[in-house]
Amino acid sequence: MIKKYFFQLIFFNLFFYKEVFAAESGGMPQLNPEFWISQIFWLTLTFGILYIVLSKLILPKISANLELRKSQIQENIEAAEKQRKDSDLKLKEFEEIILKSKSEAKNIFKETREKALKDIGFKRETLEKQIDEEIKKAEKEINELKKTAPEKINKIAIETSSEILKNLVGTEINNSSISAIVNDFSKKNGNKYYDN
Amino acid sequence: MAANPMTQFEVYRIGPEIKIGSFDISFTNASLFMVVSSLAILIIFNLGSKKNSMLPNKIQLLAELSYTFVSKMISDTAGSKAKPYFAFIFSLFMFVLFCNMFGMIPYTFTVTSHIIVTFVLAAFIFIGVTIIGFIKHGFGYLKLFVPSGVPVVLLPLIVVIEIISYLSRPISLSVRLFANMMAGHTMMKVFGGFVISLGIVGGWLPLSFSVALTGLEILVAFLQAYVFAILTCIYLNDALNLHH
Repeated sequence: MIKKYFFQLIFFNLFFYKEVFAAESGGMPQLNPEFWISQIFWLTLTFGILYIVLSKLILPKISANLELRKSQIQENIEAAEKQRKDSDLKLKEFEEIILKSKSEAKNIFKETREKALKDIGFKRETLEKQIDEEIKKAEKEINELKKTAPEKINKIAIETSSEILKNLVGTEINNSSISAIVNDFSKKNGNKYYDN
Repeated sequence: MAANPMTQFEVYRIGPEIKIGSFDISFTNASLFMVVSSLAILIIFNLGSKKNSMLPNKIQLLAELSYTFVSKMISDTAGSKAKPYFAFIFSLFMFVLFCNMFGMIPYTFTVTSHIIVTFVLAAFIFIGVTIIGFIKHGFGYLKLFVPSGVPVVLLPLIVVIEIISYLSRPISLSVRLFANMMAGHTMMKVFGGFVISLGIVGGWLPLSFSVALTGLEILVAFLQAYVFAILTCIYLNDALNLHH
């Protein structure tokens, strides 16, 4: 019911509108030549000024701005590329330095080790030499002692035996005969005492 | 009076009557909106080109996007030879676009809804393109009317058709823009009138139509400016790069 009313309303309004248009319209205002010349004149004037100002002042500026930005961006990209290359180079250098220093450190370590070893060896040698010498000296002394010991002992033995005999016998006994006996004895049994 | 959808297209004098000889060149509402559109374009693009920052602000971005848009349109349709005419096509596109768009504001006047305005623009383009064609190719430009690869029997007919189509270019160009603008604005006015007359009960349907039409008309306003500019480019392409 409401729907029907609605459409009736629209229909009648349309009808009414047509009447109104028919009564008022005097054709299209566009076809009225009264202001044609005025429109042509003002169009030419405004469009002409617009064209001149745009083409002489504004568009070159925009174009220059765009070009400038483009070139700036290009430059920045190039600069970034260059810096990247530089940093790559630096990185390589850095790595090389690290490698070099590593090997150097190894070398130094090796050298010092060798040096230390050499030092130790040398010291040990000298020490051994000294020890050897000492030993030799000691041996020599011992030998000498060994050599001289029987004589001294023989002397002591002669003197003591001569003294003993003097006290026992009461007379002087010839030292030469005693020494002959002692030497003979020591020759016979010397090995037993001196371990020669 | 206000109910007539054609009253919006009426031109009336603003200020005194100015005459040069017998010609009436008074300042009218049409002139006012031509001036307003041009000024708006100049102000926007002046602001957009004033300072060049690495990161453009909104208005600079707008100006530069419009520049590249038109530039691309020209190079796509007319090639690199059309570069000297860039400023003209740019101004043309912007002028038509701004006139169309200003017409979308209620109680304004749509400059491009007048056949005389669009016809003057189209005629200027037509004459200019024809002159450019004859300068570039001499009488060889007439080859435009003789397509290659057409049977000799059909040739007279084809040539006649080509000439008629060439001569009708300014008419089709101007009438297309004018008719689109006029029809759209009339439609909007009619539907707006329905809203009032049907009142609170039946007015909702035409109101929604009106809203939809407004969106459509904004699209048409842009599209017609684009079509106007791109057809200019195509005509220019014919004159610059003779293909036939």
